[in-house]
Amino acid sequence: MIAALGIDAGSTTTKVVGVDARGERVWHRLEPMDPQMEAQSERLLAEAPTEGRRVPVVATGYGRELVRQADRRVTEITCHGTGVFRALGHGGTLVDIGGQDCKVIVISSKGKVTNFAMNDKCAAGTGRFLEVAAARMRLELPDFARTAVEANDEEPISNTCTVFAESEIVSLIARGRPVPGIARGLHRSLARRVASLARGAGVRPPVMLSGGGAHNGALRHLLAEELDHEVLVPAEPQLMGAYGAALIGLRSPGG
Amino acid sequence: MSWLGTASYHLNVSLVGNAFLRWERMRLQRKLALWEHEHLNPPLGTSPRLKELISRHYLKGRYADGHGPVAWVTSGAPVEFLVALGFYVMYPENHAAVCGIRRKVEEIAGAAEEAGYSQDLCSYARTDIGAVLSGNTPVGRLPRPDILVCCTNICQTVLLWYRVLAHHFGCPLVLIDTPFIYDEASDHALAYVLRQVEAAVEVAEGIAGRSLSERRLDEVTRLSLDAVELWAEVMATGQHSPAPITAFDEFIHMAPIVEMRGEAYTVDYYAALLAELKQRQVDGVGALKVERKRVLWDNLPIWHRLRWLSDKLAERGIALVASTYTNAWGELAGLIDPDRPMESAARVHMHVILNRGTGHKLATIRQMASDFQVDGVILHSDRSCKPYSIGQIDQRERLGTVAELPALLLEADHSDPRSFSEEQVTNRLEAFAEVLEA
Repeated sequence: MIAALGIDAGSTTTKVVGVDARGERVWHRLEPMDPQMEAQSERLLAEAPTEGRRVPVVATGYGRELVRQADRRVTEITCHGTGVFRALGHGGTLVDIGGQDCKVIVISSKGKVTNFAMNDKCAAGTGRFLEVAAARMRLELPDFARTAVEANDEEPISNTCTVFAESEIVSLIARGRPVPGIARGLHRSLARRVASLARGAGVRPPVMLSGGGAHNGALRHLLAEELDHEVLVPAEPQLMGAYGAALIGLRSPGG
Repeated sequence: MSWLGTASYHLNVSLVGNAFLRWERMRLQRKLALWEHEHLNPPLGTSPRLKELISRHYLKGRYADGHGPVAWVTSGAPVEFLVALGFYVMYPENHAAVCGIRRKVEEIAGAAEEAGYSQDLCSYARTDIGAVLSGNTPVGRLPRPDILVCCTNICQTVLLWYRVLAHHFGCPLVLIDTPFIYDEASDHALAYVLRQVEAAVEVAEGIAGRSLSERRLDEVTRLSLDAVELWAEVMATGQHSPAPITAFDEFIHMAPIVEMRGEAYTVDYYAALLAELKQRQVDGVGALKVERKRVLWDNLPIWHRLRWLSDKLAERGIALVASTYTNAWGELAGLIDPDRPMESAARVHMHVILNRGTGHKLATIRQMASDFQVDGVILHSDRSCKPYSIGQIDQRERLGTVAELPALLLEADHSDPRSFSEEQVTNRLEAFAEVLEA
């Protein structure tokens, strides 16, 4: 039975998670973000099988202010930290790779966020980088990641800027370089960028990964290489923000 | 100098201007009584007097041509010898900050960008060059310089920027090059800077048409020291909880210590401000109505967003109790020696925070964090001020891991609004507030 709902109105996708009174994830929805965010969040929340009861709703993500039903609004940083701490059962350094930003969140052994860092004002180090690169190579995201994992060699990509990296891809393709090597090089470039952000925030192992980017096996592998630490991924990493929001709703419904 | 210039100066500044500014001060004082804010206590009662001082400073500049010699100087340059020689001293950086507060930078810097200056250059430099090229300024009019004094203790951009000014105005450019200090200043480096200050005095004497009076220089240096010491005391009141003054107030109240050093009215002003703050301490009145958390600021302010940022923090009960930036004009009081004004000018201007290593800055932040008992640090990564911003990523990491202080890196620009993303800054500030509250 759903005791609290969390909604993560992100830049690329909208996620809703319902938890029971023990904080277990019992229901969820995930959709691409609709520009009519208010209507979308209303519809998704209405779909939750709450059996007509009013349960606390906590909203997070860039669109959190637009969620009318929210009892409380909390940033994705606190929500991802809360969700992952519960899912994995320990603190450490969480890297969240979202659609338009990348966050490094330091979580204490008691589950509190003690520090965080975010990418600067560009798409470098974000899911958008992968989307643009995959589209340029005419690959679906899962195939793009698989191609990178299976590559035997790696093309060096010097740019972390999404726009410049795209022109670098074009020139590598024009020079006849093999696609798998380019795909791997692009993932390396992203992993390096994310690792440098993580080091700037002070890496405290274990390293954990959440957000849509955590589905990408090549990125997981290369990030582990760059940080020289194993990278742990919770089940359903993309839902961690909404999950954390629901958990916060369970703990302190009114704020 | 001409009799017409002097007559115009006295008519416009001493008679009409002063009377108008006094009336304006009284009007603001009456307005203060009606001031209301949900989270902030009323502004300091000395604020209208500050506005009068700043306005008068720019008014004097407006009518300075033809009345007396004019110097344009960098914010880190020694000015006591210029004041003692009777120069009107104009600070392009402060003027650019005024343009930032008045949200005129896009328009004024745009004139420099149209002339070919890259948007990647410091927004102060672009604003100043834009104001020179277009004549556009919110302060009425800028006086034409007779001498440019450029000290490289704050950055290397000033060197190239002042060369542009020298070329434009066709006036002498005096350079004071300050070797970087990694640990301690060597004797030969001090001697090197001292010789340059002495050479600058010679050029300034030639322009002023008179010799520098030792007695007058001692007097001006003494007034500088008095003001700097008072300013340090003003900032130290922020150690009290609730803090009677925030760094947002200091960013405005610092104007006289930067551009009006060596003047008796500056000393009087800071004495009055300090008295008011001490009274606030006694009365238990803080700048915020409710002070829940205390935070330190690193780097220049975001001039075009001062009010917005102040409100954002105040609504969460976060008081910005100190800043390394305003501290830079108080921390060197111990190095000023009115009995040896030339040596002290050389020593002080070598030791400014930007002329020392990033480790020194980290140590300063940690010391201030302890003195002001802060819960966190906001590091403004200022696109326009590379020397101030370099090292901040490591400083944030050390603050988090060694000092266990949450530190937020906020990307913006001190005066160009085009490098500011409200959505991103809001999100980071809210997350930072959640970390402080956790």
